[in-house]
Amino acid sequence: MALYSEKVMDHFRNPRNVGVIEDANGIGEVGNAKCGDIMKMYLKIEDDIIKDVKFETFGCGSAIASSSMATELIKGKPVADAMKLTNEAVAEALDGLPDYKMHCSVLAEEAIKSALDDYHKRNGQ
Amino acid sequence: MIYADNAATTKMSEKALETMVSLIKDTYGNPSSLYEFGQKSREVLEDARAKVAKAIGANPKEIIFTSGGSESDNQAILSAAKAGEAAGKKHIISSAFEHHAVLHTLNKLKKEGFEITLLDVHENGLIDPGEVEDAIKEDTCLVTIMFANNEIGTIEPIREIGEVCKKHGVTFHTDAVQAIGHIPVNVVDDNIDMLSASAHKFHGPKGVGFLYVRKGVRLFNLIEGGAQEKGKRAGTENVPGIAAMAVALEDAVSNLENYSKIVTAKRDRLIEGISDISHSALNGDAKKRLPGNVNFCFEGIEGESILLLLDDKGIAASSGSACTSGSLDPSHVLLAIGRVHDVAHGSLRLTIDESTTDEEVETIIASVKEVVEYLRGFSPVWRDLISGKREFIL
Repeated sequence: MALYSEKVMDHFRNPRNVGVIEDANGIGEVGNAKCGDIMKMYLKIEDDIIKDVKFETFGCGSAIASSSMATELIKGKPVADAMKLTNEAVAEALDGLPDYKMHCSVLAEEAIKSALDDYHKRNGQ
Repeated sequence: MIYADNAATTKMSEKALETMVSLIKDTYGNPSSLYEFGQKSREVLEDARAKVAKAIGANPKEIIFTSGGSESDNQAILSAAKAGEAAGKKHIISSAFEHHAVLHTLNKLKKEGFEITLLDVHENGLIDPGEVEDAIKEDTCLVTIMFANNEIGTIEPIREIGEVCKKHGVTFHTDAVQAIGHIPVNVVDDNIDMLSASAHKFHGPKGVGFLYVRKGVRLFNLIEGGAQEKGKRAGTENVPGIAAMAVALEDAVSNLENYSKIVTAKRDRLIEGISDISHSALNGDAKKRLPGNVNFCFEGIEGESILLLLDDKGIAASSGSACTSGSLDPSHVLLAIGRVHDVAHGSLRLTIDESTTDEEVETIIASVKEVVEYLRGFSPVWRDLISGKREFIL
């Protein structure tokens, strides 16, 4: 049996929305190198819709796959919907993660929320 | 597949495999049975003992067959501790980067009131025999230092450490799991009182190993029961496995010089090729290391990702990253040689053997370069490093 589901491996091998948005209006970074995981999310929000999202991740296979899946789940969605993203939803969309890797999905949720917080701060909310 | 994880386990040699299969089929008698069919198994067992003893310069009576390295380490350390305690000596010296079979056994003893000194292994992964001598006290009952490290492959000055122990009358045990069959080991010349080994690290089967105990050193049982192994290790002997181990060891030892020459050259080419990668560093001394061991840290990326991508390219390797161990901390070995967490997470261990071809070596080098560059391409840590927001460590 493989360590990860096919979905996880697909998102790890072909991560969606990788990179940087130069004119992002919401940026969030969570985790630290000491623990071996850092995720950075870039959001471009227009009219309360997530027009574009990109990520950069330092971490293991499930950290990269979780980042990729999280971006897929919020892209094109209203900000209010993105605010409701949970780590369970990320893990479920990946057809599950091993127990000791669930923190990767938590980190993905936190990275999105941190970028949304940054967006709200920039907009004086 | 390019198999570059020989420190994890090795492929069984044809000869070991044939020996094992033939014994399982035809020589299944219990060596403790008195009829001839049982005594045939006894002969096979004693022949294996003689071969193993010869391979390390020991007397056959000094060899106890076990289930492998972990059991041997446990029995050796717990025995020396028990003997020490009876003499009022409860201090043990070891190193910070031993295998967990040693470290966890020492932790258990610590809870039972033993004092444990873990020596520094320095940046190059080498223990200083002078520091061993300085650490020895009146109540030191055991020094246990590995022959060669399982992650970074550094070869310790065992003979000198053994000499120090001999001078002070302290029992000296070495976990030689990675060394046996890969570099010359002679228990007499190297001043070793107890030595642990495991068959599957030198092309023998899994679940078999041995413990060398010099005549006169006290040994206590871990497993109680029948009188097998002179009453020191109960349980019907794994005759096919033991005999397969013996032929694998005999072959490995008779070929040591050739093996060392061939594999060291490939290892050094791997090190040279991978060193081209910027902000990378070899872990452990470049020369005093096992012929087949290469271990690097790459800044800005994480080890498990490297392994998964190498696996996709058909290369089987290993890492000391936290994510590969299921814990939050990276390898205790890399931390012991002073690598900080940030860098220790990005480690890669490649352990080759003589079957690794020059072409495979070049494929590994090219693949590692490609994978490191790819992962750095979307690492926020790497971005911060190259933009100067974060300082390079390597």
